[in-house]
Amino acid sequence: MKASTLDPQSAAFREVIPAGDWWVHEIKKGQTLRIVDLEGNQAADTLFFSAADPTERYSADRTIQEQGALYLTDGSKLMSTGGNVLLEITADTCGRHDTLGGACSRESNTMRYAHDKECMHACRDSFIRGAQEWRVELTKRDITCNINFFMNVPVTPDGRLTFADGISAPGRYVEMRAGMDVVCLISNCPQLNNPCNGWNPTPVEVLVFD
Amino acid sequence: MNTIYERTLHGAGMWSAVISRHKRLRLTDLDGGANVSMLLYNALERTERYNMPDTLKGQHVFHLRAPYCLHSDMGRLLASITADTVGWHDTVCGHSDAARVRAKYGKLDYQDTRNEWHRNGRDCFLIELAKWGLGKKDLVPNLNLFSKVTAADDGRLTFVPGHSKPGDSVELRFEMDTLVVLNTCQHPLDPDPEYRHRHVKLEVLAGEPARPDDPSFTVRPENLRAWENNETYHALRF
Repeated sequence: MKASTLDPQSAAFREVIPAGDWWVHEIKKGQTLRIVDLEGNQAADTLFFSAADPTERYSADRTIQEQGALYLTDGSKLMSTGGNVLLEITADTCGRHDTLGGACSRESNTMRYAHDKECMHACRDSFIRGAQEWRVELTKRDITCNINFFMNVPVTPDGRLTFADGISAPGRYVEMRAGMDVVCLISNCPQLNNPCNGWNPTPVEVLVFD
Repeated sequence: MNTIYERTLHGAGMWSAVISRHKRLRLTDLDGGANVSMLLYNALERTERYNMPDTLKGQHVFHLRAPYCLHSDMGRLLASITADTVGWHDTVCGHSDAARVRAKYGKLDYQDTRNEWHRNGRDCFLIELAKWGLGKKDLVPNLNLFSKVTAADDGRLTFVPGHSKPGDSVELRFEMDTLVVLNTCQHPLDPDPEYRHRHVKLEVLAGEPARPDDPSFTVRPENLRAWENNETYHALRF
């Protein structure tokens, strides 16, 4: 856990992402992105791509390899498929973020919960629409295993994995500095079938500092 | 059981093939300590692919073993683990790349030793993927069969050396026509300072259609619903 020294009033950009919406934005090398969990226990499903070459993108497994550990917090380097640092987490008042849980989809909702949950809004639909609206049209192939900021997916030594109640709270945030020009794609998770959003999806705020 | 195809992969080998629904793939660790990195795709719609998060959260597990299933990103099953003498397979640690292999084992290029050179998982995946029209966008978190990595409460990972013994095997039954892409490069977290060329036997066997009371589908209600999604997909398509 580490607080930021940046003043929100000095942000070059800030925007609230409503519950269930997507957001795509370019962050330049050296800029800092802050994501704020405004009301608490809200999963922000996040993907990053190199802006220069989006075939180089966030890699959950390469990030786990780099730190030899599962959870993300301050000091974690978010690694690309090419073995480069996309961003490094520089401040974190939540303490633990997930990169194993992936994003919900209408198809996976039928598998996980019930066939009649297919109609419910899901992150991968948001990722698809956001990816299509960046200046280079990205597709389903570009959507890979993401980060879930503010989400708690504990793994046990005997190899179990669960979606647990969140450890985040209103106003907690995570901040990361870009090591290259990146595209950030966020789906502010609409999932209502598990505790990842405290059973009530809420907005998050994004701030970008020069 | 009727063997359709058999071969042995020599150290850091790679292989890819389309294997049709119901057939089985048996992999045997001949030397002990093998690692088989694998990715799976729907052979007919290759944007549908193995999905590590859905496989883990759908079954509430961090590791794979029989009778668990390998899930696609479309709410369906690519394969089921039907036999397994190993008991723990990793799917969160990914694969090595050229820079990491060089840093860990030292430089040993083709120019130095011809075909005893140090290959790496990323190059092997990309080479085989390209032969099916796939590329960097299709390279996602993979399976590491035969390898065990555990997590402490704080998330720190530990590779368990010597987990797979000589003769250990794992068998997959495919639940749709599947493109299989694999290589036998060492696990990226294997602390062994020696670059090992281990041998893995690969057999493709004839198989029977699964029934809804199959152990792979009854182990979790999520797996049965995913199998029902496969049934719908096949009923509509064929």
